[in-house]
Amino acid sequence: MDAQAAKFIGAGLACFALIGAGIGIGNIFGNYLSGALRNPSAAPGQFTNLLIGFALAEATGLFGLLVALLILFG
Amino acid sequence: MAAEGAHEDHGPIAQFKINKIYDLNLFGYDVSFTNSSLFMVLALAVILAFLLFASRDRSMVPSRLQSMAELVYEFIAKMVKDNLGPEGMKYFPWVFSIFIFILVLNLLGMIPGGFTVTSHIIVTFAFAAMVWLVATGIGFAKHGLGYLKLFVPEGVPLLLLPLIVVIELISYFIRPISHSVRLFANMMAGHTMLKVFAGFAVMLPWWGKIAPAGFMVAFTGLELVVAILQAFIFTVLTCIYLNDAVNMHH
Repeated sequence: MDAQAAKFIGAGLACFALIGAGIGIGNIFGNYLSGALRNPSAAPGQFTNLLIGFALAEATGLFGLLVALLILFG
Repeated sequence: MAAEGAHEDHGPIAQFKINKIYDLNLFGYDVSFTNSSLFMVLALAVILAFLLFASRDRSMVPSRLQSMAELVYEFIAKMVKDNLGPEGMKYFPWVFSIFIFILVLNLLGMIPGGFTVTSHIIVTFAFAAMVWLVATGIGFAKHGLGYLKLFVPEGVPLLLLPLIVVIELISYFIRPISHSVRLFANMMAGHTMLKVFAGFAVMLPWWGKIAPAGFMVAFTGLELVVAILQAFIFTVLTCIYLNDAVNMHH
């Protein structure tokens, strides 16, 4: 296989990490929403935690994206 | 990135290219004034102008500009108080500077033709490394060697302890990386996607331009939200890391 083609395939494979980030972010926001609908008065107090969880879940996926970028341009 | 000819100047990555505006060499280091530095200076000017004008006549009934500045101030003050406790307010000026600088850099990048300073990992890594070093420094200055207890959580079975300590150490040392990559990747990916869809709008015939152009409008709004959200998240995590160092209870 051409080295260039292998590079592109590798970068595409590295982007699979974002699947996990998508599942994680969906989980966090979904659970927040279901919790907020059960007890709306407690929801605003947890908004910061929601965003922190979102950020932490997103970071793992972004590591994969970073690997893809390093493969492409590094 | 190797130069691959003229077509690269229009690619989605071309917007992140750093151009020298004024060549400068100091002690053998290249410290040229670039478009990145220009936008940092611009951000500083915007922040200064905003805060100075907003606090020019401090009235009891604030003007629109003044209430905007008060909103930002109180937002960060509340965040610091919630995370660090009342005695943490002495770190407020630093946290506030980080927040407003990153926020304005992100927002300036949203101006068409502008340059997003925070879309370069070296810039965000410098921020994150500073936060990490300051937090670690405060931790050791406040608790001495007792700060190392941060890596030994209480109530863990002795058998598991070696494993936990290693994991805690790794997660502590990976902090500046995840902290910086989050901001960098969000800004870079967002701007690249905007450019890709703008490319669709340009390439399609007139009857097809509507969909990507409409998408662009919606996505620009989303990117504005992301710009503010990422500045906020960077600051919240700064507060959390500081809290680990100042108060040390998990």
